[in-house]
Amino acid sequence: MSGPSTYVPQSGFTRWLDSRLPLLRFAHDTMLSFPTPRNLNFWYAFGAILTFCLGVQIVTGIVLAMHFTTSAMVGSVPGSSLAFDSVENIMRDVNYGWLLRYIHANGASMFFLAVYIHMFRGLYYGSYKAPREVLWILGVIIYLLMVATAFMGYVLPWGQMSFWAATVITNLFSSLDQISGGLKVGSHIATWLWGDFAVGDATLNRFFSLHYLLPFIIAAVVGLHIWALHVPGNNNPLGIDVKGPQDTLPFHPYYTVKDAFYVALFAILFAALVFFAPDLVGNPDNYIPANPLVTPADIVPEWYLLPFYAMLRSIPQKLVGVLVLGGAILVLAFIPWLDTSRVRSNRFRPLMKQFFWLFVVDCLLLGYCGSQGVDATLVGVPLVWVARLGTIYYYAFFLLIMPLVGIIETPKPLPDGIAKSVLGASAAPAE
Amino acid sequence: MATSTTAEPTRRDFLYVATGAMAAVGAAVAVWPFIDQMNPSSAVLALASIEVDLAPIQVGQSITVKFRGHPLFVRRRSPKEIAEARAVALSDLPDPVARNENLPDDAPATDANRETKPEWLIVSGVCTHLGCTPTAFEGDFGGWLCHCHGSQYDTAGRIRKGPAPQNLAIPTYAYLSPTRIKVG
Repeated sequence: MSGPSTYVPQSGFTRWLDSRLPLLRFAHDTMLSFPTPRNLNFWYAFGAILTFCLGVQIVTGIVLAMHFTTSAMVGSVPGSSLAFDSVENIMRDVNYGWLLRYIHANGASMFFLAVYIHMFRGLYYGSYKAPREVLWILGVIIYLLMVATAFMGYVLPWGQMSFWAATVITNLFSSLDQISGGLKVGSHIATWLWGDFAVGDATLNRFFSLHYLLPFIIAAVVGLHIWALHVPGNNNPLGIDVKGPQDTLPFHPYYTVKDAFYVALFAILFAALVFFAPDLVGNPDNYIPANPLVTPADIVPEWYLLPFYAMLRSIPQKLVGVLVLGGAILVLAFIPWLDTSRVRSNRFRPLMKQFFWLFVVDCLLLGYCGSQGVDATLVGVPLVWVARLGTIYYYAFFLLIMPLVGIIETPKPLPDGIAKSVLGASAAPAE
Repeated sequence: MATSTTAEPTRRDFLYVATGAMAAVGAAVAVWPFIDQMNPSSAVLALASIEVDLAPIQVGQSITVKFRGHPLFVRRRSPKEIAEARAVALSDLPDPVARNENLPDDAPATDANRETKPEWLIVSGVCTHLGCTPTAFEGDFGGWLCHCHGSQYDTAGRIRKGPAPQNLAIPTYAYLSPTRIKVG
């Protein structure tokens, strides 16, 4: 924590507790008095929004688990399964089950929407740069855990998309067969993941177990993420260090209120999705019970994984495709060292700013490519080639542009301090 | 703790290392059941083989049956399909190996090595890319097209185009009678 504690116990009980377990002191120092740069804008509200999302997913998930049946065994109708039936039972018969499930299913989308904005925010303002490397890497770990959790949750309703998503993703490991000779290491890993020779009942059961566990692991890593944030304190849109008390405000009430306002706006958008378009981002094929003999004509992942899916599909070689897919996430962990610029914020990086926005467009374009059929074209160009170019730019952005632009670019002059920049000449001098 | 240091390892050093090594071995042994429980259980391993009645299948038709949880294609090929498959040069095949469990591992992927009787093709319905089930009679080669990532197979189930690395696998099977096979 930056600075000594300012907590003063007010009553006999809190004084007694403070000398035994300084829980209130910890809460006061981290959530109330914590000095926070005074210039944080809208984009800095997504930390709070993400905490809100995690809470929503855990609470709705716990109650949904009370009604879910973890079994791929045949249900009341041939071709259906107990798991599929129980999800339909939640939707039709359980009191408010439809609401809880729609919140949970759309909550995953809102969670990823928020996390992507949060990540682009960090990328734009250079929040990954020293001394916040560990903070950033913990964020990448949280993102990976989120992908794993969302994937396993998507499998649970045991519809067609559930089943075939599980099949395709677990088969990614079978690509290791190509480098392990006759040992078939990849196939053994896939069999181990399935607990069978195909995705089946054993797979569903373990996915449910892990889907219940991982959110709590995420919560723990979020704890570390916030801890790592509170050591150097927040970055800010100017990307310059806090130089003294004139540059900061106490977290409460300034940012508690600001964050709460944006969480409320976010919740309105969330509610609009849940109540007016609950199946907007879902795939209708997932209301068809899983059939191990028939793959749906168009198998598409959820929107938040489409850019990576486009990369995988654009590579004609299996193992290379899988490595490109994995590397696209892994490379994020290294950007604190790939970015050679002395300046954090893109506000003062005229060249990098353009590459940044091109990167945002690139990610959206890759997402579009992933959403279309294998043979689709865009203005006459086969999408597979668009996706290949998009993949090249994605990697080039991190591996070439970040190191080189940091060296050749002349950044704009940085302001003297946060307070002066925010308040103009009237800023009070350092106390 | 003794504060004196000696060049020779002491008996205490030995005990530290031995204890630590024993603890590591013990931990590794204790972890194994937790890893191995995820592998297929005895009940799964006891899965029986299946028999398929070929009589109702017409020339030019392909059916899908379930074998060990996976789809299995049984296709009665037309003379034209057989001729097409036989006309392909081995050098045109991305995967030159037959992938036929009834033959040696290094058997070449000629059409003859892909079936016991030319008319009947029995291949796994699991795309060798990422495990989707390809659709019959689609794609440039008249065999199968996998809609997931665009792999295309010919009328002998051999990979011809797209990201899949291998030909569709052929499980062990035998003819019980001219119209009945046992797979597995």
